[in-house]
Amino acid sequence: MIRKFFKGFSAHIFLIIISILSLFPFIWLISTALKGIDENIFEYPPYFIPKHFTFENFIGVWKQIPFLLYFLNSAIVAGFTVILNLIFSSLAAYPLARMDFRGKNFIFTLILVTIMIPFQAIMLPVYLIVLKLHLVDSYGFASGYLGLILPFAVNAFGIFLMRQAFLTIPKEMEEAAFIDGCSIFNIWRKILLPMTSPTLAVLAIFTFIGSWGEFLWPSIVLTNKSLYTLPVGVNDLQGLFSANWRYIAAGSIISIIPIIIFFICMQKYFVSGSNEGAVKG
Amino acid sequence: MNNFSQKYIPYLFLLPAMVMLVIFFFIPFFQTILLSFLDYSNDIYNPVFAGVENYKVLLSSKEFYTVIFNTFLFLIIAVPILAILPLFVAIFINQKIKFINLYKVIIYLPVVVSIVVVAIAFKWIYAQEGILNYFISLFNINPVGWLTDTQFAMLSVALVTVYKGIGYYMMIYLSALIGVPKDLYEAADVDGANEWHKHLTVTIPHIMPTIALVVTISSISALKVFAEIYVMTKGGPLNSTKTIVYYIYERAFENLDLSLSSAASVVLLIIILIFSIINVTVFEKKRYKL
Repeated sequence: MIRKFFKGFSAHIFLIIISILSLFPFIWLISTALKGIDENIFEYPPYFIPKHFTFENFIGVWKQIPFLLYFLNSAIVAGFTVILNLIFSSLAAYPLARMDFRGKNFIFTLILVTIMIPFQAIMLPVYLIVLKLHLVDSYGFASGYLGLILPFAVNAFGIFLMRQAFLTIPKEMEEAAFIDGCSIFNIWRKILLPMTSPTLAVLAIFTFIGSWGEFLWPSIVLTNKSLYTLPVGVNDLQGLFSANWRYIAAGSIISIIPIIIFFICMQKYFVSGSNEGAVKG
Repeated sequence: MNNFSQKYIPYLFLLPAMVMLVIFFFIPFFQTILLSFLDYSNDIYNPVFAGVENYKVLLSSKEFYTVIFNTFLFLIIAVPILAILPLFVAIFINQKIKFINLYKVIIYLPVVVSIVVVAIAFKWIYAQEGILNYFISLFNINPVGWLTDTQFAMLSVALVTVYKGIGYYMMIYLSALIGVPKDLYEAADVDGANEWHKHLTVTIPHIMPTIALVVTISSISALKVFAEIYVMTKGGPLNSTKTIVYYIYERAFENLDLSLSSAASVVLLIIILIFSIINVTVFEKKRYKL
C-alpha cells in the first residue's frame, strides 16, 4: 500500500514538473503581456503576477495588427488543404487497396518515394513552378491562396493511411453493392468513405495542424500582407515592435487562441492513442 | 459497364493525386538536380551547363562546411534527448494514476502551437536580461548570451526543437507501450524485479523498434530544421546556427543564387536518403530479432 502510494506520488511529481516546463513559455508570455506600462518587465527577480494588471497591450496590438484577417487566411488555407487532401488521398487509395491494374506496384512505389523527398530540398523549383502558373498573390487573392494550398494538396502519407484503412474493410460489402448495380464511384462514396470516417478524421486533424502552423512556404510566397497567415503575421510582430516585448507577447498569445480551442475540442484525437498510424517523418 | 471504361477506372481515381505529385514533387525533384548543374551567373534567363562546377564551388566554400557541421551538431544535441526524455514521460504516463489525460493534454500542447510562437516565447526567455539568466544567477553563474554567443546559440535553438517535440514523441512511445504484453511484467514481478529493472529488461527490449523509429523521424526532421532558426537567430551569430535548410533558403531567396542553392539541396536529398536507407535496414534487422 505504502509502496503503491509512493509509486503514484513520484509519477505525479515528475509529470507535474514536465507539465510546468511545458506551460512555462506560455505563462511567461501571458505574464509579460499583462504587465502595465510603468512596470519593468526586465526586473530582477522576475515576478509572474503583474503589479499593475492591464489588458492595454492586448488592445493595443489588436488595433494595429489585423488578427482577424490573418485568422481568416489561415482558416481558408488550412481548410482547403484539408479538403483537398481528404478527397485526393481517398480517391487514390481506393484502386491501390482494391483493384488490379497494370503498373499498380510502380505507381504505389512512386507515391511512397515522395515521402523521402523533403519539401525543403525542392522548394526553389516549386516556387518557380508556382510563379509560372501565376499562383502568387500579385495575381490576386484567389491566386495567392491557391499558391499556398496546392503544393500541399496531396501527401503520400495520406494516401498510405487511407489505403491501410480501406484494406481493413471486408470486401463482401462492396461485392453486394456492386451486384445491386452500384457504380464504382458510388461504392467509394457511399460505402468506403463512411466506413473509414475515423481515419478520415485523423487525417483531417493532422493535416489541419500541419497546415495551420506552416511557416516556411507562406513566408517564401507571400508578398501581400493582406494574405498573411497567422504564423507569418506573428513573426512580423518582431520587426514591427522590435523592443516592445509586451506587444509581441500579447500578439503571440492572441494568435494561438484559435488553435488551442481547436486542440481542446479535438483532444481525444490527439491523446487517445488513436493516432498511432499518424506518424509522419 | 463495359470492359473498356472498366479498364480506365483505377487510373481515373489515381489521376488527381498523381497530377499534383508530378507538378509539386517529381518535376521539382528533377529540376533541383538539373539546376545544380547549371550556371546562371552570366545571364539569369539563359543558364549554361556547368558540369560539376557548382558542387566544386560549394564543397570548397568554408561556409558550407560550417553549415554541414552545424546541421549535425543540431542533430546530435536534439535527437538523443528526443529519443530518451519522451520515453521517460511515456513510461510515467502509462500508469493507472489520476489526471493522466490532463497531463497528456498539457504535454502535447506545444506540439499544436505554431513553432513561430514557441520560438518567440523562447527568445524572450533567452533574452540577455531574461528570466533564464536570472535563474542561473541564483547559482552564481554569469549571464549567458543564449542566442548571441556562438558557443551557446546552437544549443539554445536545439532545446526549442526538443521542447516542441516531447509531446509528439511521447504519444508515439505511448502507443508502443500499450502493446507490451502485461504478463511479461507479471513474470518479472514473480522474479522480484524492481520498477527500473522491469523497464530495462522488459519495456526497453520490447519497444526497441519504436526507439529506432523515433531516432529516425527526429533525425530526419532535425536535418530539415528551419523556422526556429529563422525566427530566433537568422543563422547567426557569425553563422553559428546556419543549418543546411537555412542555407538553401538564403541562397535561393535572398542571394538569388539558384545554382548553389540547388547543389546544397541535392546534398540534403542525399543525406536524407542515407538516413531513410539506414532506417529501413535497422527496422528489418529488429523485425527479425523479435
